Amino acid sequence: MIVFKNVTKNYGGNTGLNRASVHINKGDFVFLVGPSGAGKTTFIRLILKEIEPDSGSISVAGKDITNLSRREIPELRQKIGMVFQDFRLIEKKTVYENVAFAMEVLHRSKKEIRERVPYVLDLVDIADKADRYPHELSAGEQQRVGIARAIVNRPRVLIADEPTGNLDPVTAMEIMALLEKINVRGTTILMVTHAKDIVDQMHKRVVAIEHGQIVRDEEGKYGFETVNPYYFSGEEVDPYVF
Amino acid sequence: MFSRLGYSIKQSFSQMGRNKGMYFTSVLAITAMMLILGLFFVAFVNVDLFAKTIQQNYNVVQVYMENDNTDKLTEEIGKQIKAMDGVDNVEMVTSEEALQTLKKRWGDNAYLLDNLQENPLPDSYSVYVTDEAAAAAFAKNVVTIKGVNDITYYQETIDKLAKISRFIEVASLVTMIFLIIISIVIVANTIKLTVMNREKEISIMKYLGATDWFIRGPFILGGVFIGLFSSAVASGLVYLIYEKLVDILGGDIARILSVTLVPANYLIINLLIIFASLGVGIGVVGSIISIRRFLQK
Repeated sequence: MIVFKNVTKNYGGNTGLNRASVHINKGDFVFLVGPSGAGKTTFIRLILKEIEPDSGSISVAGKDITNLSRREIPELRQKIGMVFQDFRLIEKKTVYENVAFAMEVLHRSKKEIRERVPYVLDLVDIADKADRYPHELSAGEQQRVGIARAIVNRPRVLIADEPTGNLDPVTAMEIMALLEKINVRGTTILMVTHAKDIVDQMHKRVVAIEHGQIVRDEEGKYGFETVNPYYFSGEEVDPYVF
Repeated sequence: MFSRLGYSIKQSFSQMGRNKGMYFTSVLAITAMMLILGLFFVAFVNVDLFAKTIQQNYNVVQVYMENDNTDKLTEEIGKQIKAMDGVDNVEMVTSEEALQTLKKRWGDNAYLLDNLQENPLPDSYSVYVTDEAAAAAFAKNVVTIKGVNDITYYQETIDKLAKISRFIEVASLVTMIFLIIISIVIVANTIKLTVMNREKEISIMKYLGATDWFIRGPFILGGVFIGLFSSAVASGLVYLIYEKLVDILGGDIARILSVTLVPANYLIINLLIIFASLGVGIGVVGSIISIRRFLQK
C-alpha cells in the first residue's frame, strides 16, 4: 500500500530522511515512532506529496508518486484520510457539516451525502452530536469527528498524526479502539505517535525513525493476519466498506 | 458541473457577506478608477469623431475676396482659380449667401445678426480640389493672386486635431494601464484578506483532495463580482455625467464647430461592454494572484 525505496530528503544541510525503505501492506496497522525531528513528519509529507524526495521512489496504493504532477496530487490525497493531533475542524460548521464538507469537496451528490454522513457519524459513535459545533464538544468527541471526516470518502490509507496527543489516557484508548475497528474493516493505518504505552498495548507493527533513518521495523510481526479476524474466518469482507 | 458552479457561487456570496466592508471599499475604488477611464473614453471618442468629420472636408478650400474687389475682378479671379492645377470644381458664395448660412447655423441667436449696418462677410469661392496634396499646393498658390484676401483651409486644423486625438489616445492608454494595475492590486488585496480568513479551511480542503480549481473558484467569482458590479456602477455614472454634458454643451458645440457629440445611448453600450470585460479581467487576475501563494503552500 505504501512503499518507500531508498528515499532521501534533505533540507539544506539537515537530514529529513536518509535512504529509508519501508513496505506497508494493504490492511496493515503501523506505528511510526521516533523523537522530535527524527523524520516522521518528513515521512508523512512525502506520502502526501507536500514535498519531493531528493532520491529514491515512493508508491502509494500501487501508484508511483515520485514524479506525480501537481495536477495529479488531489487524486492521490483522495486515497488518503488524514487525522490530526489538533483535529482541524472548521469551527463555524456543525459536526454534520464538517463531515459533509469532505464529500462536497469531492463533488459527491447531495443524496449520497445525506445517506453516508449519518452512517459514518454513527460508526464513530457521535451521531447524537451531529448538530453541535466543534467548540461544544470534548477533545475526544472532536477527534471522533476528525476520524469520521477522514474515512467518509472511503480512503485506502488513514494517516493519523499524533491522534491521541491532546487526549487523556482513557479517551486515547477509546480513539485507538475506533482506529482498530476501522483497520479491521480493511483500511490501512499509519499512525505517528510518541505514546509508548499505546504502542506497547496495541501489539502492532512499529517503524522507528531516528536521525532520518529507519532504526527498527518489526515487519510481519504484527501484521494484517494477526489483527483481522475476518481474514481467518473466511467471511467475505469488502475491503473498502467505509 | 452546475452543482460545482452552484457551490462556488454560494461560497463566494458567503465570503462577500463575511467581508462586506472590504468588498464595498474595493467596489468604490474600482468604480472611481473606471469613472476616470470612462471620461477619458468619451473625450477620445468625441475628438476622434470631430477629427474624422473635418477630415472629410479636406478637399474644400474657401477662398475669400477683398471687400473692395469689383465684381469684374472677383469674376476674373474665379476664372483663374478654375484654371489652376488640381482644381475640380468652383462654386461662388456671395456675401449675402454667406450671411444666410451663418444665420441658419446660429439658429435662435440669429437675431443678433439682424441689426448689422452692412454685411461684414466677403464674397468667396468654395474650391473643390482633387486630393489632399492638391489642396496643399493650391492653398499655397492661390494666396498670391491679387484680390484674394484669405483662405480657410482645413489641413492645419485636421493636423492639430489629429495631434490632440493622438495625445488623448496615448494619455488614455497610459492612464488605463496605470488604473488597471491599481485595480488589480485592490482586488488582489481584498481577495487575499478573504483567503486569509479561510486559510485553515483551504489547508483542510487540500488534505481532502480538493482540486486547485475547486479551491480557487469562489475567490475568482468574488473578484469577478467586484469587477462586474464596479463596471455597472461606473457605466451608469459616466452615462449620467455625459448625458448632462451633451444636454448643456451639445447645442453650443454643434453651433460653433458644426459637429454633434456622440449620442449618450450609443456610447453607453460600448462603455458597458468595455468596462464589463475589464472588470472581469481585473477580478480574475487579481484573485488568481492573491490565492496562488496559498495554493502552493
